[in-house]
Amino acid sequence: MERHEYDVVVIGAGGAGLRAAIEARQQGKRTAIVCKSLFGKAHTVMAEGGAAAAMGNVNPDDNWMVHFRDTMRGGKFLNNWRMAELHAKEAPDRVWELEAWGALFDRTKDGKISQRNFGGHEYPRLAHVGDRTGLELIRTLQQRVVALQQEDEKLHGDPEAYIKVFAECTITRLLKEAGSVHGKDGAIAGAFGYWRETGNFIVFDAPAVVLATGGIGKSYVVTSNSWEYTGDGHALALLAGAQLINMEFIQFHPTGMVWPPSVRGILVTESVRGDGGVLRNSEGRRFMFDYVPDVFKDKYATTEEEGDRWYTDQANNRRPPELLPRDEVARAINSEVKAGRGSPQGGVFLDVSTRLPAAEIIKRLPSMHHQFKELADVDITAEPMQVGPTCHYIMGGVEVDADTAAASVPGLFAAGEVSGGMHGSNRLGGNSLSDLLVFGRRAGAGAAAYIDGLPRRPVATGVEEAMAEAVAPLERSGGENPYEVHHELQRTMNDLVGIIRKAEEVSEALQVVEKLKERAKNTASAGSRIYNPGWHLAIDLRNMLLVSECVARAALLREESRGGHTRDDFPGMSPEWRRKLLVCSAMPDGSGVTVEEKDQVSMRGDLITLFERSELEKYLTEQELADYDAAVKES
Amino acid sequence: MGYKAKFRIWRGEGGEGRLEDFTVEVNEGEVVLDVIHRLQATQAPDLAVRWNCKAGKCGSCSMEINGKPRLGCMTRMSTFEETETITVTPMRTFPVIKDLVCDVSFNYQKAREIPSFTPPKDVKPGEYRMKQIDVERSQEFRKCIECFMCNNVCHVIRDHDENKPAFAGPRFLMRIAELDMHPYDVLDRKDSAQEDHGLGYCNITKCCTEVCPEHIKITDNALIPMKERVVDRKYDPLVWLGSKIFKRPS
Repeated sequence: MERHEYDVVVIGAGGAGLRAAIEARQQGKRTAIVCKSLFGKAHTVMAEGGAAAAMGNVNPDDNWMVHFRDTMRGGKFLNNWRMAELHAKEAPDRVWELEAWGALFDRTKDGKISQRNFGGHEYPRLAHVGDRTGLELIRTLQQRVVALQQEDEKLHGDPEAYIKVFAECTITRLLKEAGSVHGKDGAIAGAFGYWRETGNFIVFDAPAVVLATGGIGKSYVVTSNSWEYTGDGHALALLAGAQLINMEFIQFHPTGMVWPPSVRGILVTESVRGDGGVLRNSEGRRFMFDYVPDVFKDKYATTEEEGDRWYTDQANNRRPPELLPRDEVARAINSEVKAGRGSPQGGVFLDVSTRLPAAEIIKRLPSMHHQFKELADVDITAEPMQVGPTCHYIMGGVEVDADTAAASVPGLFAAGEVSGGMHGSNRLGGNSLSDLLVFGRRAGAGAAAYIDGLPRRPVATGVEEAMAEAVAPLERSGGENPYEVHHELQRTMNDLVGIIRKAEEVSEALQVVEKLKERAKNTASAGSRIYNPGWHLAIDLRNMLLVSECVARAALLREESRGGHTRDDFPGMSPEWRRKLLVCSAMPDGSGVTVEEKDQVSMRGDLITLFERSELEKYLTEQELADYDAAVKES
Repeated sequence: MGYKAKFRIWRGEGGEGRLEDFTVEVNEGEVVLDVIHRLQATQAPDLAVRWNCKAGKCGSCSMEINGKPRLGCMTRMSTFEETETITVTPMRTFPVIKDLVCDVSFNYQKAREIPSFTPPKDVKPGEYRMKQIDVERSQEFRKCIECFMCNNVCHVIRDHDENKPAFAGPRFLMRIAELDMHPYDVLDRKDSAQEDHGLGYCNITKCCTEVCPEHIKITDNALIPMKERVVDRKYDPLVWLGSKIFKRPS
């Protein structure tokens, strides 16, 4: 069997994975990047709007403290505040660094990086390239990897001496050294997987693994996510003994395409609203004015006139409510459609055609124009789009140390969407691209530092078991069709653990998941091991089911509504629940998930005093407010 | 709404294969990739196809549909007659791994042969100042989603494997143009474009531009200007003289 020795194995080649790999290699570590798709195709290419970084190029009043406050507000104060702090402070450097690696962002008049408005961000903050920022980001990182390989070729005669991409290769198990120098629970010692192309197995021996596998959207029918988003990193972490937090919080992006059926869920960028687009119901009403929640009342316009003036004069007007955080807009659209005021295809209208001249729309939103023209026969410069919520992003993920991105299992690191905490209960648009740069780099650095402190390389065990598990679906015949099991899971999660949740429905979903777990054990994949998608899906099902169980169990326990978790039977936000994280662990045999409550660490005094008391009163308990008063006094 | 469509799809691995006939349901608004996915789910679970975003943004599902290079996710079924048999084959220029999936490593090899972005040493991150108008030329080329259909269709290598070592293909000649037009790139790329990457093989038939799903004007905006820059260098007597007088010994 093919076997490789590396210092760091990075799983996933999106923005977080590539940035982690670049960092590990720059710190002199031999690094493998393992990804399910071709190099440069990861889901980061789908990001449209931009990377949020308080550079202050457009509005000089912007700084990391404003960005930090916006991020905490967007996440309804459930965020890991240390991550939000590091993110806000370091995002500008990470964006500027891309420019030195060849990225070409759109410019301001004085030649700096231009920044655009986005939901929940107080100032224009998103560095962007039209509406294809994710592509620019991944291409730049990809080209940086190539530049490092060219350096290595000059120095060592081999471009892959220090950084190598294993494309179209899927990791199915993390390998550990049992009872290692780190204690009885063991430490990371490598990873096991298979080549998609040949079906041959591959083993990596490595003391550090960085998970950067993105999200879990493929557990839902209507999603903006690609096939890769099967929760692999979430599940690998669980099965290796790490914990997941915040899994009940899933972001339904308010604007996905609703028609034609085959593209249902594909993203319509928030930039459409940032650049002036408005949402209307079938009666032509700009309904978002009816949905501004109390916590945001004083920050949003109350009339269309004020909202419209804001686009040109932000100092003297409040922003239009179309730019509320994504969870608010998604719920509002959901309510309008339920109330019978939806568009003919079951969404609402998003109109930019009456707001900007056609040439300006094509210039600012070229890929949206292209996407609607090619896929839906709709000219967005002449008519409104129809849009509805789509499963877009999971806030939950591997519980990590903010500074090093280390999980609880020694040698395991996670960055980007697969990690949890940074975004709390709801992520702001634009905070993902900056997240993956900031914490991708920190994960790479964290892994490098961890290796430097090791007395010896660990020895991997468990290869035989991993091999037997992977090959099983091919050895069965006449079993379940993996496509059918997958489809039923997607329908179940979509209908029963979607935007609006109820205890009975979530319980029902858990029962279905249990049955599907049994069926998944019995899937059979016809055909050979060579590039066999039916077999690949059968293997991925384990991950999707485990992750779906986490989502449903946590959603059932959290008896409040906050961000990406709305309980019909518990509609309010609860200060008591804000202090609690729900922590998911796998049962020892990996057959299921248990969830425990854990207290949030209180925010540091110098950070909490960045907020007004009147705002905190909406979120904190009496005890926490007393602590706040004490902190104010001290400062 | 729905109807049964006739598909003829290349199936095979290890250098052997044949066209296989399928009859498959098609619904309103679907694209070719949807139909291939339906075949996977119902009739051919091991039918191999690459795809990712399903929105024309990642460039994974390049294939040849009725002989034309297309993205499967952006080819609507409504562009065909219901009675038409739709033939789907893998890209011809690259070796087939299985069914519709090709070995596209040629492209990654070429990408590594192009010297990377080379900024001046004294400009620190955060200090870059560029006018929008000066970045727009390179930005057009950076729209490239690396579907590799331009390289697939280019006649220099489409049926001429022997040209592959000396020719980077439109995708990577355009990459050279992109870097050459980058306001902060200091490397001289003109000679190497011609001598190392085969710009001279291109005789501007514009096939690459025609198949580009991002509608990048590869020939007009990247390859021809690059050729002009090379020509200026080669035949401008002043430049020629300068290169003789100031050339440092290598």
